Order: sequence, then structure tokens, then C-alpha cells
Amino acid sequence: MRPALADRDAETGLDRSTDVAPAPRRRKSLKRTLVPYAFLSPTGILMIVLLLVPIIMVISYSLMDNVITNKNPVFVGIGNYVDILTDPTFLVAVRNTLVFTGSSVVAHLLLGLGFAMLLNTKLLGNKVKALFRVIYVLPWLFTVAIIAVLWRLMLNPNGVINYLLNTAGIIDQNIEWLSSPSTALFAVTFINIWAGYPFYMISLLAGLQGIPKDLYEAATVDGASARQQFFNVTLPQLKPIIISMAMLDFIWTSQQFALIWMTTGGGPLNVTEMVSTFTYKLAFSRYEFSMASAAAVIVLLATLVLAFFYARHQNARD
Amino acid sequence: MSNVARSTKVVGAVATTMALLLAAGCSGGGDDASADGSVTLEFAQWWEPELPEGELRALMDTFESENPGITVELLSGPYASTKEQVVAGAATGTMSDVVGLDGAWVSDFAKQGALADMSQLMTDAKYDDSQLASQVQIDGSTYMIPVVNFVYPMFTNDDLLAQAGVDAPPSTRTEFTDAAEAVTALGENTYGWIVPLSLEAPNGIQNDVMSWAWASGGTMLKDGQPDLTNPDVTSAVDYVKSLWDAGVVAPGSLTMKEQDKVEEFTNGRVGMMIDSLAHINLIRESNPDLNFSVSAVPAEDDFTGERGIPYASWGIGVSENSEHKEEAWKLVDFLMSEKTNSDLSSMANAFPGNTTSVPDFVEDDETFAAAFEIYKSGYPANEFVGLPVAEQLMRLFDEQLQKTLTGDQSVDDMLQASQDAWTAEF
Repeated sequence: MRPALADRDAETGLDRSTDVAPAPRRRKSLKRTLVPYAFLSPTGILMIVLLLVPIIMVISYSLMDNVITNKNPVFVGIGNYVDILTDPTFLVAVRNTLVFTGSSVVAHLLLGLGFAMLLNTKLLGNKVKALFRVIYVLPWLFTVAIIAVLWRLMLNPNGVINYLLNTAGIIDQNIEWLSSPSTALFAVTFINIWAGYPFYMISLLAGLQGIPKDLYEAATVDGASARQQFFNVTLPQLKPIIISMAMLDFIWTSQQFALIWMTTGGGPLNVTEMVSTFTYKLAFSRYEFSMASAAAVIVLLATLVLAFFYARHQNARD
Repeated sequence: MSNVARSTKVVGAVATTMALLLAAGCSGGGDDASADGSVTLEFAQWWEPELPEGELRALMDTFESENPGITVELLSGPYASTKEQVVAGAATGTMSDVVGLDGAWVSDFAKQGALADMSQLMTDAKYDDSQLASQVQIDGSTYMIPVVNFVYPMFTNDDLLAQAGVDAPPSTRTEFTDAAEAVTALGENTYGWIVPLSLEAPNGIQNDVMSWAWASGGTMLKDGQPDLTNPDVTSAVDYVKSLWDAGVVAPGSLTMKEQDKVEEFTNGRVGMMIDSLAHINLIRESNPDLNFSVSAVPAEDDFTGERGIPYASWGIGVSENSEHKEEAWKLVDFLMSEKTNSDLSSMANAFPGNTTSVPDFVEDDETFAAAFEIYKSGYPANEFVGLPVAEQLMRLFDEQLQKTLTGDQSVDDMLQASQDAWTAEF
């Protein structure tokens, strides 16, 4: 049947009512839709190759009897997870990790906030504050290897820490800070606190400097004391930064490996064994790659919980 | 150009770039034989950083000039990272053609099928292996050849000993205890003996603890299986425990590493240590005034037999995945030849893996000459070589020893626990 005149183009007289006519628009629309994905594809491919594939591989490894050293691995389900979760050393490692991480995060926060407020105060001159900034930020400038070597030397039984404590009359016998089961976990936690507080300090200082002065002026007019201003103005204003940093720090510190490995190796007597050192030993000392994968997946799941709350917190802020 | 056409071109360009990037990324490990037949061998080892600068490269240059068409690419790093690299290479089938090996790694790599059977390579090359001082074998096949050996004698700070009234280095356990107590009694943070028991690098178990058993002809194995509760090992651990309880061991042992031990000795705070000859030059450079000598590790008081002297090797192996095993063997052959092996052992201050090679330092240096005599009068002993998960065995033993030294369990319980832990790994 011939199309009606109204369906023909007024100028060309070509038929516009056929099914073929909209096709170029759809192709055009499809291309437009694909362009953003094409731009995103490099990142997407890299994320798949560098993140997703390794994670999937590690999860699949964790379900085998052993891999890499075993050419014909057998599927064992959750057997490795059962072995890991019932391994007394793993449980010790989890406990140590929680103590190490929890103490570090709290101390990082308190020290970082304290130093940030010191650097933000009007009571100190600019030159003094600049000097303090350089001094306080120094620990953050060292790599983990240097921090480990430095503190190993200082905490050596014949090192400078014992010398100072002896000279001050605080101790009368050299303490084996890193080698004694009673002090080793405290020592590595202290080193980690020393190495990590500047990150908080810098971030919180930026946060402090971003708090509107009007709030303090209003509080002063209302007769609020310095303490009340701190708890009712400063802390609420810093809360988003504190929560974000605490969660990130918890994730990072729970995965700390190099510092522990280079100072105590998880010893003595496993008192500084962390989940990270436990996993490393499984893989590179015992060649139990499937067990190590299971341990890694357990850590991944625990970290995912934290990451979930972090992401939710960030979304709530937005 | 319309927007659509421009967009199409952009999409195409992005896709092409990604394809090229991925292709480039995936083509890294391709065949390393070029069109003209020349071959590039990768040689991963930790030796180059421990040798005087440029020395290993110079040896490779000599090899290349003698073997036209073969180029050697040295992949050098510290011991620990080399091990990780070799583990990763074995796991992924990308191990370098030729690899530096520690005897403690061989069993695992051989069982994994990552190392080539060097017995077969020697047969194919019609190589006379009678000149090799030793070969590390698994199930009758050679997987590692020790290129140079570092023995671990006892080092004594002779000035400190003299100050403590000890005239000569001790040769028996009783003499050692007496000397250690005398040095410790000097005070001022001086101690008789030092032992590194770090769990990170637990080789102190091999070099500093088990060496007491080997020095008295003892063994920790029976028919290739763990035998830690035997009288030899019990006596050795009892002795170490007695030194610990006597307070003559330098503090910090439980997390101390080998380099810490050497540093304490070099600083003159320790009377005696068991250590590698490889550190002699380091000690001399760090403290030229230190008056020290080397002797055999003391044996049990009534022992009259041949003493085992602990040693560690720079071993060499060939990757099973190498496409150039014939050329790889040529490199091994070159390193084990009389001349090259003499040169390498001279550079490394080690004893040669070729029985016909003689390092220069034996004639030039009194301390090395003494060490060579100790080496010749005893036998090289390192029962960890060729054992499965050897480093883990040391760590398991170390964990139990730490409990014993800190008083948490008896020596007998410790050895039984270690025996059980070791048996589970075999």
C-alpha cells in the first residue's frame, strides 16, 4: 500500500513512514551511549585485570587443597577456612592485630589532634609553629624500612633508649624492648604510632583551619569556655574527618606487614604475630598458598565490612 | 567531521590503544632467542650485590666472549627478594633460565617441577662431575650444584678473651662455657656468646644452634627423617640452654638477625660467635683494630672424631621451563670450571665448589688459611640442605627453642614438640 502524502517529505517527496527511517538515530544514540564507556574502558580493564582477577584467583585458590606447588589441585571447599580459623597461632595473630591496630588508631587520633591544635594555636609565633611542623611531620617522611632500622637501633639493649632511661634513673637494667615477650608488642605498637600520627596531624590541622571563625565568636559571645568550645564546636566540626581517617587507618594498620616483619618477624614467641605476617609465612615459608589465600580472604572480608561503613559514611556526607 | 564520526574515531583510537597496551603487557615474556640464533640467558641471583662492584658482570663478559651468541642478563637483588622472585617464578613458570639457589630451597622447587634435572644436563653435555665438591640431589637426581661454600667457624675476640684471662680459643664445650663466663664477668655490657634467633630469618638455628651438634659428629636426621630427640641434638640444646641460663648470651637474641650478631661482635661487645667467613672483610673494614681469629666450633669434651663444620652455599640451578637449557648448562659449566671457580671463590672469600680450584686468599691471608685448615680437617655439615620447607623447619624449631629459653617448657618437651612439628612437614 502506498503511504499517505503526509508521510512523504514535503521537499524531497521521499517516504518517511517506512521502518528504516529511525535506524540512523538509534545507531547514533547507541554510539553516544557507548562513548563514555569507551573512555572508561582503560580504567575498567585495568581494574578487572589488576583487582578483580587476582581477587577471584585468590578466592578460588583458597578452596583448593594447595596450589602453585601442586600441579593438580583438588577442590576442598571450606576446609582451608576451617583449618585457619581453628589454628591457635591465627587466633593469636588476630588478637595481636586487634590490639596493635586499635591502640595505634586511638593513639594516632589523640596525638594527631593534640599536635594539630598546638600548630593551630594563636599562642605560638609563626616561626615556632613552622619549626614544630617540620619536627612533627618528620616521622612521616621516612620509609618503613628506615623506621624499622632506626628503631631497632634505638631499642637495642645497648641502644640510646636504654642509655637515656638508665641515665635518668628510670631503669637500672637494660630492657630488651623488641626481644622480650613482655614488651615486644608494646614496642612495635609504639613505633607504628610514632610513624603514623603525622598523617592525622596534617589532615586535622587542615580541618581545624577550615572551621569558620564565626562559630568560635558566637560561642565566645554565648560565654562558652575553651573546653566547651572544643567539645561543642571543634570536635563536631572535625567529626567527618576523624571518622573517615579512623576507618581508613584501621584498614591500613590492620594490614601492616613491613614494620612487624623488619623489627620482630612476628616474635618472640608469636607475641607480635599479626595476620599479615602469619599469612606471609604460610605462603613464602611453608608454601601453603591455599591456606595463605584462605587467610587473605578472611582479612578481605573483615576489611570489606570496614570499607562498607566507610563508603556509607562518605555517601552520607555527600 | 560530524560528531558521530569524531566519536567513532575516538572510540576506535581508545580501543586500539588499549589493545596495543595489553599486547605489549602480555608480550613481556616472549621467546628470547633472536632471529640470528643468539640467545639471552636470564641469571637471577643475590651474589652480585655481595661481591665487589662489577666483578660478577666481568665474569659474565668473559663467558659471553667465550660463547659467542649467548648473552647473560643478570637479575640481581638481596637474598630475601631473590628468594621471593624465585618462588614467584617457580609458581608462574617464569623462573629465570639460571638461578642462584640456597640448599634450603631445593627440595620444594624440585618437587614442584620448577628445576631441571641437572644430572640429565650433565649426561647430555658429557660433563665429568668428579671435580664437583658436592651436588644437592633429590631422589637421586641433581638439582643444585654448590658453586662456592661459606663455612661457619667460631670467631673469637682475642683481646677480649685475653682481658678475661683466656689464653686460647676454646675447643671443648666446657672451655667455651668457662671463657663465656669470664668474658661476661668483665661487665660493661660484654657477653661471652651471641646467638640470633629471629623468627623472620631463622637461619640461626642452622648456623648457631644445630652447629653444636654437628661439631661433635651429631645428626638431627635418621634415614632422612627428623630425629630431634636423639642424644646428639638433646645434648646440643641442653648446652645452649645452659649458656642462656648462665647469662652469658648477649641480650636481644629472640629477635636478633645475623647482621645484628656480626655488628655486636664487630663492636667488641661479644667474646665469641659462630659466623660465616664471608663476614671477615666486613668486620675488618668496620673495625680494623679488632683482634680476632677463627677456630673450629667446640665439641663435646670427650669427642675425638671428625668435626662437622656448618656451611652455606651459593648454589646454582637451571629452570625446567628454560628454552635454552643447553646454553644454561654452558653457563653453569663455566662457573664451575677450575679458573672461574677459583676467581669467584676468591672474590667471595668462600671455598670453591670445584675440588681443583684454589682461591687466592688461602695463601695470602692467615685467617682464611686457618679456616681452610678447619675446613679440610672436618667435614662440611648442613643437614637442612635438601630438606622440604627447610626454612620453616628452622622456624618451627626456633619457636619451640624460644619457649624453652624463656622457661615455658623443658628441653625434652621442646624437642618432642619440634619433632612432631617437623614430622608433619615431611
